[in-house]
Amino acid sequence: MTVTADLARDVPFTIGGHTFHSRLFVGTGKYRSNEDMVRAIEASGAEVVTVAVRRVPLDRGREDGILHYLDPKRFFLLANTAGCATADDAIRYARLAREAGFNDFVKLEVIGDQETLLPDVAGLLEATRVLARDGFKVLAYTNDDLVTALRLEAAGAAAVMPLASPIGSGLGLLNPFSVRTIKHRLTVPVVVDAGVGTASDACLTMEQGVDGILMNTALAAARDPAAMAHAMRLAVEAGRTAFLAGRMPRREIAVPSSPLEGMLD
Amino acid sequence: MIEVVVNGERRTVPVDATLLDLLGSLQLDPRVVVVEHNRQIVRRPELERARLAPGDAVELVHFVGGG
Repeated sequence: MTVTADLARDVPFTIGGHTFHSRLFVGTGKYRSNEDMVRAIEASGAEVVTVAVRRVPLDRGREDGILHYLDPKRFFLLANTAGCATADDAIRYARLAREAGFNDFVKLEVIGDQETLLPDVAGLLEATRVLARDGFKVLAYTNDDLVTALRLEAAGAAAVMPLASPIGSGLGLLNPFSVRTIKHRLTVPVVVDAGVGTASDACLTMEQGVDGILMNTALAAARDPAAMAHAMRLAVEAGRTAFLAGRMPRREIAVPSSPLEGMLD
Repeated sequence: MIEVVVNGERRTVPVDATLLDLLGSLQLDPRVVVVEHNRQIVRRPELERARLAPGDAVELVHFVGGG
C-alpha cells in the first residue's frame, strides 16, 4: 500500500500588499564575482533581492551595473539604506531609491553603532514614521526587542526585521525566544534579517514561526556560495514545514518509544 | 565655464549646461542613474530643463550590491 504524506502546506505571504512566494530573501553584496552572485541567487530560489544606493563612479571604466545581472522583471528589488547613521540620511537614501522606479519598498537601516552595526532605535522609529506617511512600504531592520518591534508596527512599518545576530557575524539565532515573541505579538510580517551563518541557523530561525529570512554574507562568504544557497533554500523550507507541522513538546524526562509490555522474563 | 560639485568632486561644465548635458558628458545613461540637484531629486523628464549654476551640488546614484 502506498500512503502519500499529507504535508503541511505552506502558502504565499504578503508584505505591503505584495505577495511573495519564497521566504528566503537574499542580498547582493560582497560576492567574489557577479557570476558567483547570480549562481547563488538562482540556487536560493529567492524572489526578493536587496540592493544598496551609492554614488556612480565618474571616472572609472564603465562596469556593468548590478541591474545588468538582475532582471528587475524577474526579481523584486528591495533597496536598503545601509550605511545611514541618521533618520534624515536614511530618508534621503530611501527617496533616491524609490526614484529608480521599481517599487516603493525600502529595507530601512539606521545604524547606531559602527562596531556592532546595531540599529539606532529612535532614528529608526522616526524614519519609519516619515517614510510610511510618504507612502513607502517600510521593512525596518531592528534588534530583537519586542517593544521596539511593537513601536515600529505602530509607526507604520509594513514588516519588521529583527536580527538573528549582528550583520555579517554568522553567529546564528542568538535569542529564539525574543524572535518567537515578536512574531507572536505583531500583526505585520516578521522577516529575520542578519546573522544567519549556515543552514541549521536558517532552519532554527524558521522554526520560530517567522515569515521569512534575509541573508547575504552567509552566502557570499561561503566557500561555494551556490551550494550554500541551495542548502539555505532547503533549510528555510524545512524550518517552515517543521513549524507548520507543530513540534512535540519538550520534556526533561525520557519516555520510551517502544512498548513496555511483552518483555521476556 | 562654471564650477559645480558632482559626487563630491569639483567639475567644470559649460555655462547654461543642463543636468542632461552633465550626464551626457559623463557618458551616463539617464535611465540607470538617479539625480539629486542641491538636495532635490530631479525626475528624468526634467533633466533637460534643469540648468546648473556655479557651486551647485549634484549627486548621481545607482544601485550596487548590498545586503
